[in-house]
Amino acid sequence: MTAPGVADDHVVDLEIELLLEAIWRRYSYDFRHYARASMRRRVLGAMRRLHLARVSLLQDGILRDPALFTQLLTQLSVPVSDFFRDPPYFQALRQQVLPLLATYPSLKVWVAGCSTGEEVYSLAILLEELGLLDRTLIYATDINPEALRTAEAAVYPQARVQGFSRNYQASGGSASLGDYYTAAYDRVVFDRRLRNRVTFSDHSLATDAVFAEVQLVSCRNVLIYFDRQLQERAIELFHDSLVPRGFLGIGSRESLHGYKSAGALELVSRESRIYRRLT
Amino acid sequence: MIHELARALRERPPTLIVVGASAGAVEALGQLLPALPAGLGVPMLIVVHVPPDRRSALPELFAPSCAVSTLEAEDKTMPDARVYFAPPDYHLLVERDGSLALSVDEPVHHSRPSIDVLFESAAEAVGSGTLGILLSGASHDGAEGLRRIHVAGGHTWVQSPETAQVGVMPRAALALVDHVTLDPRSMGHALAAWRQLHA
Repeated sequence: MTAPGVADDHVVDLEIELLLEAIWRRYSYDFRHYARASMRRRVLGAMRRLHLARVSLLQDGILRDPALFTQLLTQLSVPVSDFFRDPPYFQALRQQVLPLLATYPSLKVWVAGCSTGEEVYSLAILLEELGLLDRTLIYATDINPEALRTAEAAVYPQARVQGFSRNYQASGGSASLGDYYTAAYDRVVFDRRLRNRVTFSDHSLATDAVFAEVQLVSCRNVLIYFDRQLQERAIELFHDSLVPRGFLGIGSRESLHGYKSAGALELVSRESRIYRRLT
Repeated sequence: MIHELARALRERPPTLIVVGASAGAVEALGQLLPALPAGLGVPMLIVVHVPPDRRSALPELFAPSCAVSTLEAEDKTMPDARVYFAPPDYHLLVERDGSLALSVDEPVHHSRPSIDVLFESAAEAVGSGTLGILLSGASHDGAEGLRRIHVAGGHTWVQSPETAQVGVMPRAALALVDHVTLDPRSMGHALAAWRQLHA
């Protein structure tokens, strides 16, 4: 006897596969190699919010209605992060990585999957404090145009920035945070001198190629959303974007262990998950 | 009761055990985990509500008293017959091939990791091969997920509310479905008795 619900679950799996294929064919966004369990939660969540009873209805809707797809895209993309999430990571950048990179006359940094920009400005602050920001260009990329617009505006709710102080201090920050943003009502806006050094652009780890040579790639909690095949592609892309001896930082619970394309990267610090290109 | 449960497990053997606990978790797990047999035979995944900004000490905390080795869950790895804890500030999910996945999606019931996220993914991925265990807690997290495991045909056990430090979470689950209720130590003994039948 098949337990109730099991057959349904398999139909939903099939519907999700078809939805992702439809998104790819119609809009050229490739979610087909995203890890399925999280993708399923997001699709079902989007369905509930749109009051749709079936995934196939969602597919029907997005095929004909680009505005609906734009809405769905936000819900399928990598979620927002925090300022200085995982202080040990930023501490390691401050103490171990950036002092080595300071020897370059000019620096390029790539924040891959930047979402709404929290990590971009965290890095910009770090670079500023080490006196490197003026000769650094940060490429901040994401697949979601709406997230990129939010990131570029650099406006955040005051409430979200409060936790920032604690993380910032824990990561070794010593300045006053008031130096980096202006508060207005319940929002804060980060200073132009941080934003001026950032170029935001649309880039997909699933479909796009290397676009620059950089000394540091920061891509945290993005790989966990990919299946192994797409992870391999992304890691290869990071490797190929790095200068020899360039650095790659990933999420605190991510690992490059066992990936083909990670063979040419060495682990610098397990605690902070920072890797370095061998040659 | 213990032998009845062991026989039920033999009839429909679970291939995955998922556990959720919140307030009172350390006491409840302190009874369940030491009662597990060394040859548990299947992976056990545990979500405990922990503060996001701390390193989780749970695997180290229970290692000395648990015959099965305890560790933190890692993304895209295939679990074996050990006890895995969700890392702080990450959801833990199961993929259809049985491998583990992490996410930083929005908290559910104000929690990341969330018990519902783990339980629902197990219900979808493993279905009737799941044993879901919900322990002490002050939240409503896990109630819906356990119902989903039940609907998928899996085994569902809830800590009897009177034995829990905080009975809110067990009661929330029992309000939805009439799950099996017992104390955590007996759960461990039932699993041990099932493995004995297996041997």
